[in-house]
Amino acid sequence: MPEPMPQVRDAIEIELEHHQQATRDVPDRPERAVLEVDNVNVYYGDYLAVRNVSVDFGHNEITALIGPSGCGKSTILRSLNRMNDLIVGARVEGPIRYWGQDMYAPGIDPIEVRRRIGMVFQKPNPFPKSIYDNIAYGPRVTGMSVASMDDHVEQALTKAALWDEVKDKLKQSAYGLSGGQQQRLCIARTIAVQPDVILMDEPCASLDPIATLRIEELMAELRDQYTIIIVTHNMQQAARVADRTAFFTAAIDPDTGERHGELVEYDKTTKIFESPADSRTEGYISGRFG
Amino acid sequence: MSLYTPAASGADARRAVLSTSGRSKEQTPQSVLFIVLLWLSLLIGFVTLAVLLVDTFADGLSRLDGRLFTGYPSSRAEEAGARPAILGSLWVVGTTAVLAVPLGVAAAVHLEEFADRKRWWNRLVEINISNLSAVPAIIYGMLALGALALIGVQQKNIVIGGAIALAMLILPVIIISTREAVRAVPRELRDGSLAIGATPLQTTWRITLPAALPGIATGTILGLSRALGEAAPLLLLGGLVFLRFDPNGMLSQFTTMPIQIFSWTAQPQAEFHTLAAGASMLLMALVLLMNGAAIYIRNRYQKRW
Amino acid sequence: MSSVSSTPTGRAITPGRSVGPPSGPPSGASFDTLEAGPPRSSDLRGRRRPGELIARGLLAGAAMLSVVITAGIVIALLVPALTFFEQVPILDFLTGTRWTPRFADASYGVLPLITATAWTALVALAVAVPCGLGSAIYLSEYAPERLRRILKPILELLAGVPTVVFGYFALLWFTPFLQDLGLEVGPFSLLSAGMVMGVMIIPTIASVSEDAMSAVPNALRQGSAALGANRMQTSLRVVFPAAFSGVVAAVVLGISRAVGETMIVTIAGGQMVQMVSNPLQQGATMTTFIANAALGDSRVGSLEYNTLFVVGLLLFLLTLIVNLIAIELVRRFRQEY
Ligand SMILES: Nc1ncnc2c1ncn2[C@@H]1O[C@H](COP(=O)(O)OP(=O)(O)O)[C@@H](O)[C@H]1O
Ligand SMILES: [Mg+2]
Repeated sequence: MPEPMPQVRDAIEIELEHHQQATRDVPDRPERAVLEVDNVNVYYGDYLAVRNVSVDFGHNEITALIGPSGCGKSTILRSLNRMNDLIVGARVEGPIRYWGQDMYAPGIDPIEVRRRIGMVFQKPNPFPKSIYDNIAYGPRVTGMSVASMDDHVEQALTKAALWDEVKDKLKQSAYGLSGGQQQRLCIARTIAVQPDVILMDEPCASLDPIATLRIEELMAELRDQYTIIIVTHNMQQAARVADRTAFFTAAIDPDTGERHGELVEYDKTTKIFESPADSRTEGYISGRFG
Repeated sequence: MSLYTPAASGADARRAVLSTSGRSKEQTPQSVLFIVLLWLSLLIGFVTLAVLLVDTFADGLSRLDGRLFTGYPSSRAEEAGARPAILGSLWVVGTTAVLAVPLGVAAAVHLEEFADRKRWWNRLVEINISNLSAVPAIIYGMLALGALALIGVQQKNIVIGGAIALAMLILPVIIISTREAVRAVPRELRDGSLAIGATPLQTTWRITLPAALPGIATGTILGLSRALGEAAPLLLLGGLVFLRFDPNGMLSQFTTMPIQIFSWTAQPQAEFHTLAAGASMLLMALVLLMNGAAIYIRNRYQKRW
Repeated sequence: MSSVSSTPTGRAITPGRSVGPPSGPPSGASFDTLEAGPPRSSDLRGRRRPGELIARGLLAGAAMLSVVITAGIVIALLVPALTFFEQVPILDFLTGTRWTPRFADASYGVLPLITATAWTALVALAVAVPCGLGSAIYLSEYAPERLRRILKPILELLAGVPTVVFGYFALLWFTPFLQDLGLEVGPFSLLSAGMVMGVMIIPTIASVSEDAMSAVPNALRQGSAALGANRMQTSLRVVFPAAFSGVVAAVVLGISRAVGETMIVTIAGGQMVQMVSNPLQQGATMTTFIANAALGDSRVGSLEYNTLFVVGLLLFLLTLIVNLIAIELVRRFRQEY
């Protein structure tokens, strides 16, 4: 949607005001880093998709990854819980530390990584099971000892702001839910294994505005307990929900002619949107592309 | 001929493509002859099927009676029945299912979900399975014969021997259809499971396989119906015997319905041919029922994700 | 948390309450105890999952079993065959025209069996290839979707009819029918067996080649239509060549089924072993011989018993060669869309 520039600016300013009213103060730097990405390169085969990314993700913060399409946001996100392992040829170079422990070091179990760092995808992907079983799936497979599975399911659904809508049809197929409900179900499913971090890759891309709003409200509620890292192409969304924002772009290497994604700027959301340090960020934010 | 109005008849895009190209040139003598030939080629199969069904029905109806189910083989056609053969078929096909289904599904899951295609042995397995599916059925009888001799079993006519032969025969069918079904399960479902910390095996067992179940069921039923109708490998295992008792276990002697039909067909007397037709109707009813169920499951539960 | 490496230097993390991961409650915490937001435990090192390893080993084992089966076939056939060839020169076997393993002056020339097999297969293919391909073209290029959804399952039912029933039908209905038509066939004939076998193979050829034709992209059809071709020309000159590798695969599958089919020829093709020069004759195919020999009571390990496996080996090699030729042809003619 190619909106004229001034309007976009206005919209974002309004969102930022909302944001500041709704949120606590964000320190200049994350007080405690859950995830430290330290000079990381990600390859698909020989292709260097993203290079030299360094960023610390703060505990109990919401961080947004923004940038033009193809700049490697999803690539970096998938690297954060080793979902990239599942792509043939994908390779991550350089440490990514979870509470100080390099998750790509030998001896690390990617399954343990994903139990702590969950992921919500662009397209809602509920399992072809009942709503109840979708939620109970995680605790069951990870061997969590829950006192009462019914209570656990209820709590997860409540946290995902879905309980009231589905409490009468827990045994029905999840495919009967609307797209927005399915996405919140997927969030509830992730919450049910009590992860530390939740990664979201454009979770609202396939949803209508109202469903999108519900998800954003949900994220704000979850912030106190979880660390959330969200990829979004919607800058208003980043401005509304994120404490910090990382701006990525893709640059052409003059020597090889290949495009590589890179991190341009990472700061408090207010700073990124009000007074970006880098001119490319400024250009992207004012024109929606860099 | 109004055959060429695909746009109106809601034909799919493939046919609709040509709908704009005018009708006159579709009605040259050659094209009309061509489509008549196409019809004829379809018709030959359908007419044969119809004649076969009607003929068998007409021949066998008089002997599709209680005695067919309760009687034992006899040299007097009016007393003879297929009871041991029916029970034998159930025993052999049941045992075949127990052997072939887990093995076939396991092999398919390995190839589709865990095998590294770059490894030569996995490629060998793939080529090998496609070759196995073209091996004539009767060869599997020889293999089972060899296998029984190898483990020193004297009696070659035992249920488990027949089941081994048939299981090897239908293994490629089950493997190939299971692989297709597993491949059709969208990646997003697996990702969703893995992203909350399920292991690959848990993901396969609890997400992928249940989602692939209709396809697996279809392939399995088709494979088993083939096993139910197959006679050649069992002939080699001495399946053509006159049993005056009910097969009652995996080590029991057996004969099966197709073999019984073969044996009755080979008799000179017409009464036995009637008997063969009656048993054929029963066998076909079972086989066609299984095929119909398979096709139904495929069409009904085939998910379009 | 001994496993945790120290915070790297040079990274600006302002220490908050603590730098390292809070040692959280053990797994199984309820949502309430999670309020502080620490992870259950931050140790990411691999858990031992022996069950997982064993299960995956079993799966791989099941896949490898198919190789064992092939090896088993080769061994089961080759060992008796080698003993056989110690007594009968291989050339006599392959070129001899008399097959009388049960006679006192036994002779082991396999050509009679091969001629019978070749004739039945030829007759079967003469029926199955045109009908199968015609059906495929009709289903893929002409039939409206709704009709197709009815016709295809019926064709598949035809594939499900047990071969003994086809044999019964060939012997007791089709052969008399041919006689009524005035053909000079006896009660057993390779023509009758071959034609019924051909009908049996139609669905195989139709379904494999229809898949290939349906996969031809519409752009090719559109291009052809744009040049003014009608539907027949498009089917024959565009779709058919584009689907050629699939069609080859279909025909080859048909060949190996025709060569290996046992019950129809055993029932309706006759048992007499003879050099067959025309399909109106009766004759014993390789599979007929194997089936009949199996019914007999030859002593295990005797020369006569071993002939079974020699013919089996020949049959196996024939279908294998046909299959390998098919793979090569498909590779050579494969069209890249
Ligand atoms: N599975 C993959 N295999 C190969 N290249 C990929 C794969 N996924 C993404 N890429 C490439 O990596 C780059 C970054 O992609 P991605 O992370 O999806 O970008 P974004 O999410 O920012 O749109 C793109 O050039 C894309 O083509
Ligand atoms: Mg993306």
